[in-house]
Amino acid sequence: MYGKGILKGLGVTAKRFINTYLDDIRWLGKRYYTAEGIKHRSSKDANGIFTIQYPEEKLPVPEEFRYIPFLVYDEVDGEKVNRCTACGICAKVCPPQCIWIERASDPVTGRPAAHPVAFTIDADICMNCGLCAEFCPFDSIKMDHDYELASYGRTVYHLDDLMKPASYYDEIRPINNAKEVALRKEAEEAKAAKKAAREAKAAAKAAQKAG
Amino acid sequence: MTTPDFSTRFPEGVIADERKGYEGYIVSADKLIEFATALRDEYGYDYLSSLTGVDYIKEEKLEVVYHAYKTIGGTALVFKVQVPREKPEVPSLIEIYPGADFQEREAWDLLGIKFTGHPDLRRILLWEGFEGHPLRKDWQEPYYEADVKPFKSRWPSAEYQRAEAKNPYGANVKYPDKFDPEKWVPAGEDALYGSLAKYETTDKTGLRTDHITVNLGPQHPSTHGVFRIAATLDGETIMNLKPVMGYLHRNHEKIGERNTYLQNMPFTDRLDYLSSMSNNFGYALAVEKLLGIEVPERADYIRVIMAELTRVQNHLFAIGMFLNDIGAFFTPSLYAIEERELVLDIFEMVSGSRMMCNYFRFGGLARDLPAGALQKIKGLVFDRLPRKTDEIDRFLSENEILRSRTVGQGYLSTEDAIKYSAAGPMLRASGVPYDIRRAAPYSIYDRFDFDVAVRYNGDIYDRYAIRLDEIRESLKIIQQAVEQIPEGEIQTGKPRYQMKVPAGESYGRVEGPKGELGFYLVSDGTGNPYRYHVRAPSFINLTAFGPMCVGLKIADVVAVLGSIDIVLGETDR
Repeated sequence: MYGKGILKGLGVTAKRFINTYLDDIRWLGKRYYTAEGIKHRSSKDANGIFTIQYPEEKLPVPEEFRYIPFLVYDEVDGEKVNRCTACGICAKVCPPQCIWIERASDPVTGRPAAHPVAFTIDADICMNCGLCAEFCPFDSIKMDHDYELASYGRTVYHLDDLMKPASYYDEIRPINNAKEVALRKEAEEAKAAKKAAREAKAAAKAAQKAG
Repeated sequence: MTTPDFSTRFPEGVIADERKGYEGYIVSADKLIEFATALRDEYGYDYLSSLTGVDYIKEEKLEVVYHAYKTIGGTALVFKVQVPREKPEVPSLIEIYPGADFQEREAWDLLGIKFTGHPDLRRILLWEGFEGHPLRKDWQEPYYEADVKPFKSRWPSAEYQRAEAKNPYGANVKYPDKFDPEKWVPAGEDALYGSLAKYETTDKTGLRTDHITVNLGPQHPSTHGVFRIAATLDGETIMNLKPVMGYLHRNHEKIGERNTYLQNMPFTDRLDYLSSMSNNFGYALAVEKLLGIEVPERADYIRVIMAELTRVQNHLFAIGMFLNDIGAFFTPSLYAIEERELVLDIFEMVSGSRMMCNYFRFGGLARDLPAGALQKIKGLVFDRLPRKTDEIDRFLSENEILRSRTVGQGYLSTEDAIKYSAAGPMLRASGVPYDIRRAAPYSIYDRFDFDVAVRYNGDIYDRYAIRLDEIRESLKIIQQAVEQIPEGEIQTGKPRYQMKVPAGESYGRVEGPKGELGFYLVSDGTGNPYRYHVRAPSFINLTAFGPMCVGLKIADVVAVLGSIDIVLGETDR
C-alpha cells in the first residue's frame, strides 16, 4: 500500500510524543530542575524530553572536563604559595603558544629563581587542549571547569587572575587531586628515606673514622 | 603482500627509493604516464588514494608523492616523481586516475607544482590574488615568528604581545608585483565559469538555447558551512557543476609543519570536527610508525571503542542532517542528535571535551577510562543504540517521499566510484566492499568479527542506508571490544612532550567515518614534522560530486551533497 512507510514513520513520532507525557507523569514534577531529573534525562534510559533548560538547569560536567587553565596555589600559614617554578614546560608544549612566562631572577645573584614574575594566558588563543596541565611536573597548571566566560572584550589572564587555591582544585577534580597528593607524598617519603640513608651512611663513616 | 618488481617491465625510469626510512619507487617525469597506466591496467592498482607534494628545498627539488591501492585490498604502492624546484612540471594523471583532479589542483595551489595536461589547473583552496605557494619551505605567513615551535619569545623572559599589534592590519598581506587590490577583477571567476560553460544546445529549428550559471552558496543552508557550488543549467537540469571551496582554509598543513609532533594532536581534532577521535587515531598511527613504538593492548581496545563510537555518532549526525537537507525538517535530525549527545557525553567523560577530544598520544592514550565509563558505554551499545538505530530505520527507510527523492538519483557507478577515488560509505554504497579495517587491518581490527557493509545501487538512498548498516556493524565491534578489553597499561613508556623522530616518511591511514583518512608525514630527524599532509576524505569525495549531479535537477544537488557527507573543516583544511 502506498503511504504505508509514511504511516509507519508517523507511528514513531506519535509514540515519542506520547512518551513525553508518560515520562512526565511518571516523574511527577521531579523531572525538571532537579539533579536526579537531569541525570535521568542524560542517561541511556532517557525518554521523552531530552533538552536541558540552560541556564536554569545545567548539565554537570565530568571531572575530566577541561577549559582555560589556571594556576594552583597552596596556602601555607595564611600565605599564598604558587606551585609554579617557571620551568616553562607548559609554554613549550602549548600548541597555539598562548602562554607567556617571565621567570624571576634572584635580586642578589641575578640567577634565575624558581617562580614566575609574570604569567599570561591569552584565553582568546587557548584551544583548551589540556597539554599544559598534562605535562606540568609540579601539578601547578590545571584545567578549569568554569565555562561561562563570554565577554564583550578580549580575555587575557595575568598571574593574579590565574591563581586559584588548591582547595578549589580539590573541589573540581577530587579523584585526580587525591592521586596527585598520594604521588607527591610517595615521592617526598622516598626522598626523605634517601636522605636518611645518606645521613646514616655518613654517620657510620664518621663513626668508623672516629673509631 | 609484496610490491611488484618493475625492473623488467621498466628497465629505465623507475628506481626504488633508497633514502633511509623511505619506501616505494621514484619514477622519472617522462615515464610517469606510462608507469601509471601500467599500474592501473597491468598490476591492478586501480585506486589512487593520495597525491601530494613535498618541498625538499636543500636538494632543490619538489617531489610529488602518490599512494595507489588495489580495491581488492592490500598495502599501498608508493611512487614519487622528482622535479627541479625552478621548473616544477609533472604530467597530470587526471586521464588515468580522475580522482587526481582536486588533489593536483591542491598541489599546484599550495606547492606550485604544475601538472601539465590538467584541464582546469586553478587554485582550489586559496584565492586567485594570492601571492606564492604557502607550503614551500621559503614561504612565510604574515604573523611569521619562527620556523618551528616552541617560540623563544614565550619563555623565560616573555613579554605578552598580541600578534596583530606586531603586524598591523594592512601590512600583513603580500600581493604580487604591480597588484592593486582596489582595481583587481578576479580572473579565476572567469576561468571557473569558462570551465563550466562548454556546452551549447541548439534545437531542431536552429534556435540556440542559452544556459544560465547559478551559484549556490557560499552561504547556503544545505552546505552546513561556507561552501559554494557553481552550476550551469539548461532550464532546471544541471549541465555541469563545480564545487568552489577554501572559504574555511587556514593552511592546517603549514601550521602542522611549525608545530611539534605532539602539538599537532589537538589540531587534528579540528579537521573533521565531528569525528575527532578518528583524526587522532590516524595521526597517532602515522607518528607511531615513524617512531616504531607499539601500543599496549588495553589502549588499543580503548582506541577501537572510541573510533567506532565516533563512526556511530558521525553517521547519526550525517543521516539527521541529510534528511534535514531533503526537507524532513528537524524531527529526524533531532532524534539522531539525541543519541549523538549520549555518545558525546562519553567522549567528554574520558577525554574532557565533547568534540575536541585530543585523547590519543603516541604509544597510547592521554588517560585511562574513568570509573563508570565502561558501564556507560555498555549501556549504550547493548541497549540503547541498537534500539534507537532500529527506530530511525523504521521511522524513515520506507518513507515513500524519501524514497521517491533518493532512489535512483545521484547515481555513482562502481567504476566511477573507484575512478574518482571516492572513499568510505560513498565507495561502499557503489558496490565496492573496500574498508581499510578489512583491506589492510590496523590496530587490532583483525580480532573482531564484523561485516563490511556494502550496497550496490550507488544512489542517494544507498548512501543513506549504508550509514545505518555501518552503525550496526560498529556497534557489533564495540560490543565485542567492551567484553574483551583487558586491564593494564595505557601508555608505552613515559609520555614525552618533545622527542626526536627518526628521519623517514610514513603514511598512517584509518577508515574514518567519511572514508579513508590518511596522514602523510616526512620527518627530517628533528622534533617537528618536515612535511605533514592530510588526505581528507571530505575533500576528495567531492571530486565525484560534479559528475554525479550532471543531468539531475538543481533541487537534487542538495540531496546529493547531503549524501556525500562533507565537513568543511576537513574539506578546506
